[in-house]
Amino acid sequence: MLNIFQSLDISHYIYLSCVLFCIGLFGVLFRRNAIVLLMCIELMLNAVNLLFAAFSEYMGDKDANGQMFVFFIMVVAAAEAAVGLAILVMVYRNTRKTDVSFLDSLKD
Amino acid sequence: MNSIALILGLPIAGFLINGLFGKSLPKSVVGWLGTFAVLASFVIALGVFNDLRLNPDFQNGLNFKLYTFLNVGNFHVDFAFSLDRLSVMMTLIITGIGSLIHLYSIAYMHEDEGFYKFFAYLNLFIFNMLILVLGSNFMMLFFGWEGVGLCSYLLIGFWYKNAEYGKAARKAFVMNRIGDLGLLMGLFLIFHQYQSLDYNIVLPKIADGSTSVYMLTAISMCLFVGAMGKSAQIPLYTWLPDAMAGPTPVSALIHAATMVTAGVYLIVRCEALFYLSPITNNVIMWVGLATSLLAAFIGLKQNDIKKVLAYSTVSQLGLMFVAIGCGAYTAAMFHLATHAFFKALLFLGSGSVIHAMHHEQDIRQMGGLKAKMPITYITFLIGTLAITGFPFLSGFFSKDEILIAAFEHNKIVYILAVLSATVTGLYMFRMFFTTFHGTYRNHHHSFEKVHESPWQMSVPLMVLAVLSVLGGLLNLPKYLGEGVSHKLAHWLAPILPMAENHSEISHSTEFALLGVAVTVFIIAFLYTRFKYVSRNAVPESDEKTPYLGKLLVNKFYVDEIYDTIIVKPLEMCSQIVDSFVDSKIIGGFVSGISSVLLKISNLNKRIQNGNIEYYLTFMVIALALFLGFNLLF
Repeated sequence: MLNIFQSLDISHYIYLSCVLFCIGLFGVLFRRNAIVLLMCIELMLNAVNLLFAAFSEYMGDKDANGQMFVFFIMVVAAAEAAVGLAILVMVYRNTRKTDVSFLDSLKD
Repeated sequence: MNSIALILGLPIAGFLINGLFGKSLPKSVVGWLGTFAVLASFVIALGVFNDLRLNPDFQNGLNFKLYTFLNVGNFHVDFAFSLDRLSVMMTLIITGIGSLIHLYSIAYMHEDEGFYKFFAYLNLFIFNMLILVLGSNFMMLFFGWEGVGLCSYLLIGFWYKNAEYGKAARKAFVMNRIGDLGLLMGLFLIFHQYQSLDYNIVLPKIADGSTSVYMLTAISMCLFVGAMGKSAQIPLYTWLPDAMAGPTPVSALIHAATMVTAGVYLIVRCEALFYLSPITNNVIMWVGLATSLLAAFIGLKQNDIKKVLAYSTVSQLGLMFVAIGCGAYTAAMFHLATHAFFKALLFLGSGSVIHAMHHEQDIRQMGGLKAKMPITYITFLIGTLAITGFPFLSGFFSKDEILIAAFEHNKIVYILAVLSATVTGLYMFRMFFTTFHGTYRNHHHSFEKVHESPWQMSVPLMVLAVLSVLGGLLNLPKYLGEGVSHKLAHWLAPILPMAENHSEISHSTEFALLGVAVTVFIIAFLYTRFKYVSRNAVPESDEKTPYLGKLLVNKFYVDEIYDTIIVKPLEMCSQIVDSFVDSKIIGGFVSGISSVLLKISNLNKRIQNGNIEYYLTFMVIALALFLGFNLLF
């Protein structure tokens, strides 16, 4: 099982993570729904995680820093999701909307 | 040493007490405190005078250094005073007449709400005037010079709620500043030339004759410009008649007896300098003569009792400058002293009349006051006789000495000075007869309400009247006997080392000149008596005055001329600067910068639209650009 992943060239991982990241990015840029936005951010973070893991494996036994980073990013992502969802709930309670394009009262 | 400190300290103490606490003190305390402060100075000055007179060790006078005022490089100025023969004479005049006028003011200003302020200012004035005459260097003189200018300003504008009076005060201040500039330039030149401002260093250096005559002329002309401002000579005299806006005691003290004579004092103090600059002497003589004549003629047609006296003051100051120009410094000082007596008397007398008439100053509204105000009438008569040169009164001797000096110097100057004296007689008697003789002409106040003034006002009048009669004793002419004559000349001889005191003139010529003076007096007296008493004429109203008189009523249009050639162009310049340079160029530049910035920020403002996708898009584009840039290059 492990060998299947190892046998794939590093470039496939890079392409995949680029695609995932761009999907997340464009989601963030063009979707208005706050929940979708949070999901897209998760997607971007996980694209980065994938890249970290792939490179860590590519470096072999010499360096496990990449895998360590994955854990940190997962913690940060979880925290971010928790805070983000909490804000979202409050926004929804106050405005009955989850559309971020209406949240522009800081403009003036 | 201590006496100088006391002479100076008492008036300033009076100023501080009255100025700081006067509002809560009763009026009688304020008035008497101010009066006694000056009176005590006078008594101490008398003591010093006695020492100077009797004690031969004392001939150089008193010196008193308080502290070093300035010490920069080779520029040393001490805050120091010296009390010599000249300054003790000035001090006696200032404090003596000053205390009488303080006493007078107690009654004159009694109803005024600014009573304590008035006495504080008066005491401050006395202090500054004493600094002026007691200072032992030019810096001290300048200090006092500015100080009295300030007090003059404050007191002319004392009734500041009247805008006209405020304007008069400002005019006096500005005119004096022009003169002060001259004085200051003179001081700079003196320091440049002698590296000192101390009289005891500078004056001997001038007297030793090593300085070029051009330098001396420059210095003396600058100092004379200062004297012109303070002593109201052409072309800077116009402030003095306007200064009559101040309360009458102020006119008597500052604008007749003391401050305006500061210019004469300055020149007499620097006798060596002026003696060695013949060009300046000639200028002084002609300026003085022109001022004397001009002011005397203007006085002929003035109908405000104080304005007549003001022009008379300008005219008499002009005569003093004629004396200085002729080299007769003693005569100038003599006339300064007697003029202080009789002009203070006349002003206080006019104040008494104004007080009785409830602030009416127009002599056409008076008349017949002789019956109601006997003390004022008699003292005013004495003052008038003294100024017009009635034989053996003070003005007779002092004016005569000036006329003799002028006769020796230049016959034309003599004739013109006699003309000025004649006109003096005409306008003084005109004013005197219209005020006190004839019939009462005022319809606003009944004649019964006119009253003699209280004793605080009549006592100074009487004292000054006695001084006006006896003032001639200071410097009697030689023909009255060697023993009693020329006391003042002997007294001032150590101060005036250069001037020759011996007169070349023979007794017969002197008597002839006296005859001329007396004749002139009699003509003026009889003419005005005939016109204003026998025919009971009243000066006509300004509109009805014929052509030549109109010129005099309007004071030769000097104020209007100054207005046209100086004030108006200046105002135009400022208007141009205001409407074009300031608002267009400077203002345009400043507001141009701000409006450009405003436009830029208005453009940039649109970026911040609160739309989060918009921000993120920009962020991503920027990041992509950075990354792409890094990858490619």
